Amino acid sequence: MGTMAVATPVVITDPIFTQTVQARSHEPVMRCFYCQKCSIGCPTAFAMDYQPAQVLKMVQLGQKEALLSSRAIWLCIGCETCGARCPNDIRINNVMDVLKEMALEEGVKPAEKEVYALHRSFLNSIKRFGRVNEMTMIAEYLFRVPLKLLDELGVGLVLIIKGKVLHLWSAIEERDKVRELYRRAGM
Amino acid sequence: MRKIGVFICHCGTNIAGTVDVQRVAEEIGQHPEVAFVTDYRYMCSDPGQALIKEAIREHKLDGVVVSACSPAMHEVTFRRTTESAGVNPYQCEIANIREQVSWVHQDDAEAATLKAIETIRTIVEKVRYNESLVPFYLPLVKRALVIGGGIAGMTAALDIADAGYPVILVERADRLGGHMARLSRAYVNFDDANDLLGDTLQRVAQHPHIQVLTHAEVTEVGGYVGNFVVGVNTRSNGATEPFSFDIGAIVVATGYELYAKENLGEYGGGRYPDVIDGLQFEQMLASDDGLRRPSDGQEPKEVVWVQCAGSRDPALHKPYCSKVCCMYVAKQTIAYQQRVPDGQAYVMYIDIRSPGRGYEEFVQTAMEDHGVLYLRGKASRVFQERGNGQVTVWGVDTLTGQNVEVAADLVVLATATVPARGSVELGQTIRSAVDEHGFFSEAHPKLRPVESNTAGIYLAGAAHFPKDIPETVAQASGAASKVLGLFAQRQMVQEPIIAYVDPELCSACGLCVPACPYEARAMHPWKPVATVNTALCQGCGACAMVCPNKASKVRNFTPQQIMLMMDAYL
Repeated sequence: MGTMAVATPVVITDPIFTQTVQARSHEPVMRCFYCQKCSIGCPTAFAMDYQPAQVLKMVQLGQKEALLSSRAIWLCIGCETCGARCPNDIRINNVMDVLKEMALEEGVKPAEKEVYALHRSFLNSIKRFGRVNEMTMIAEYLFRVPLKLLDELGVGLVLIIKGKVLHLWSAIEERDKVRELYRRAGM
Repeated sequence: MRKIGVFICHCGTNIAGTVDVQRVAEEIGQHPEVAFVTDYRYMCSDPGQALIKEAIREHKLDGVVVSACSPAMHEVTFRRTTESAGVNPYQCEIANIREQVSWVHQDDAEAATLKAIETIRTIVEKVRYNESLVPFYLPLVKRALVIGGGIAGMTAALDIADAGYPVILVERADRLGGHMARLSRAYVNFDDANDLLGDTLQRVAQHPHIQVLTHAEVTEVGGYVGNFVVGVNTRSNGATEPFSFDIGAIVVATGYELYAKENLGEYGGGRYPDVIDGLQFEQMLASDDGLRRPSDGQEPKEVVWVQCAGSRDPALHKPYCSKVCCMYVAKQTIAYQQRVPDGQAYVMYIDIRSPGRGYEEFVQTAMEDHGVLYLRGKASRVFQERGNGQVTVWGVDTLTGQNVEVAADLVVLATATVPARGSVELGQTIRSAVDEHGFFSEAHPKLRPVESNTAGIYLAGAAHFPKDIPETVAQASGAASKVLGLFAQRQMVQEPIIAYVDPELCSACGLCVPACPYEARAMHPWKPVATVNTALCQGCGACAMVCPNKASKVRNFTPQQIMLMMDAYL
């Protein structure tokens, strides 16, 4: 076969991966018939390495490694445009979330580290204060990705001047109950 | 001298908006043989028709020219009107001044008016020499021949026989049932195909009006609609026995076969025992001995179906879609996944075509509930590496843009559906046209889908084009109802506008015989003159064209009439 000038064919499949994603997301991934409506409507698809419909197809084909190390799963902003439009009622952002979780569980380095940093800072802020505390969240985010400081500085100053970033300290009562949720989620 | 009436229709403003109808009427009135001219807003309306009848009676008209829309619209209407006023309907002709005049010259009223005058004059010249004709009545044999004993032929035979008419059912094989008898279960309900067939088989076998001939082939068809003479040969123990039947109508239900997989070299058809076709997989499914692949009797765990194997391939194979494959592949994959739960079915396809009640949902079930992996893209090749019991399939998933390789235990080629062997020859025998692939042609693709283009020959099932069981049954019942419509007449009526021969002029050169597309022309058995079979002649005029002596003529389209019409125009 060596003389054939074609890309090495991908050997499928990891059916366990397909079943796992389907079970964890509760989404009927096999139902997708590739109309591509999700890919066309997705606001962040332009930056993705795999379009949303391709992500579904790759789940069907059991292409675990490629998916967990993909940028697409991190660039999904969960806007639900795809799910709202899907003729088969597949909520792709639930699938994307499961893929993100699996990537972290398996120790795969997130392909979009700023996105991961923002998610992590957001969650940590809530864990600490029971709600988002902008100042500390931004502080953690910039600690994680210092090079973003220059990008965010201008916007941050405007927000502070306009009084949108209010308190250095704002926490809810009974924060322990929120922490209990985190504990149950294993975080 | 004739007394011809000319009736000019305004068609609202369709004609009168462009053509100056009053001026046309005045001009036409000058013709010496035109005894009456009038115009009216809608000649086809009840008052318009009453006007024609009244004028015929009052002015004792013996010819009618209605100048209005195309004869395809209202020729029948106005001929009936003429007849009801006591004048032979073939003395009524239509001058088309709408489609051929007012509609196409809307920007030039003067030219349209002049063209309308010339058009009507032309038709007046024709009517001057029209003969009063009467339709022919021909005898009608009320016995049907059905060729092919599959589900199509049996359904048609039963419908005709149930109405009380005798049917001869001719089957080439040793028993009835056709391809349906070779199927395991049918989509979309997984009904056992042989259970479905059993009832039909039993009813055919027991029907007092159906005579079944197996091991039989049609060898000869003579005659014409209502009066065919059909020769059938049956074979038994090496001896051939000829039969002859008088038949009124024929239903062609010769079915299909699969395009030989040996034609598909790139898929290893005929080279690897584990590359099979759809009917072979049906036999595997029907087997009680578990699902076993041909080469070593192992249960296949990875099975690839290759769709459009030979279909939709105008360069190398068949250009058409074989229509049934998408559905039967979905059915086979579901049946496979149920029989081999730890197996994996793959389908390599170009598109999925599933129009039919419950069909799309059925294919979705295969994907969603049975985990069949559909890979969009045609398989490129199937090969086997030495010493390896598997066949490798190279395909592509165009949705992710990846090439795909599957090491399969079994490959099922959904090969193209082609007409049954001998269809072209049968078409020649019964004088019914087949298309370039050998499928029998219908008379009209939209409006006459169960009639062939030979009168008295009807089509049912996959002999016409690939069809699944419900479509086949529907067409078979449609063909049967056409036969019954024919048989419900007391005798056959034939249009009288057909060719005839002037024996004084005929030199028996024989040119008309091959010119006739309907085989209506022949030489007289002993006289030196050509003849016309009035039942077969469709009045096309091909013989009149080739006749060097103008001895062959078509009634009411004689050379004299045509010359006069041309004079009037030029």
